[in-house]
Amino acid sequence: MIEALLDGLSWALLMGGCFFIVTGGVGLLRLPGVYARMHATGVLDTLGAGLFLGGLMVQGGLSMVTAKLFLILVFILFTSPTATYALANALYGAGVRPVGRDGRQCETVDRRGESSKP
Amino acid sequence: MMFAAATIGLVVAMALALIRAYAGPTLYDRILAVNAFGTKTVLMIAVLGFLMGRPEFLDIALLYALINFIGTIAVLKFFRYGDLGRAGGRAEDEEGI
Repeated sequence: MIEALLDGLSWALLMGGCFFIVTGGVGLLRLPGVYARMHATGVLDTLGAGLFLGGLMVQGGLSMVTAKLFLILVFILFTSPTATYALANALYGAGVRPVGRDGRQCETVDRRGESSKP
Repeated sequence: MMFAAATIGLVVAMALALIRAYAGPTLYDRILAVNAFGTKTVLMIAVLGFLMGRPEFLDIALLYALINFIGTIAVLKFFRYGDLGRAGGRAEDEEGI
């Protein structure tokens, strides 16, 4: 009984994680502009990895395996937003600005708070 | 069974990331795709450990997560400064990067 319940919970978490990860992959492939792709994959990968590792933790039970999975989860939760932020910062520093759906640049607010329309 | 299904989903997402890494118009697209690919590789190693009944793979997954993050930051720093040993400063202090 309890085994079936845990298996069902694990299925749900793993499939939810897969859904979010595949959605992030589709966004990475389809969205226009680097910033849009970054927001798709940076956000959804973190959530998907959390659900995925949660599903594996349910299968691992109370053991060393779960502890290691928890360590991986904490590390991904810290590093994935950090890497995305570093990439966005490097991108902005290199002079790339967000583009809209039609490929033109959006109105941006620069670091001094002044609005500019290229 | 559930691990096999999860592996298939991961493979699909990794293929999408690889297509973007190959086609990406700019350097930053490729870095982003490789970073996403690395995150998925960590999950893939973890789930393959369960699939094959060898949870020792989790140590490799942990190591891969570390290397993936450091690699991304190192590539970004190299393309920004052209030198890995240089101490980073604030972006406003730099002239004509």
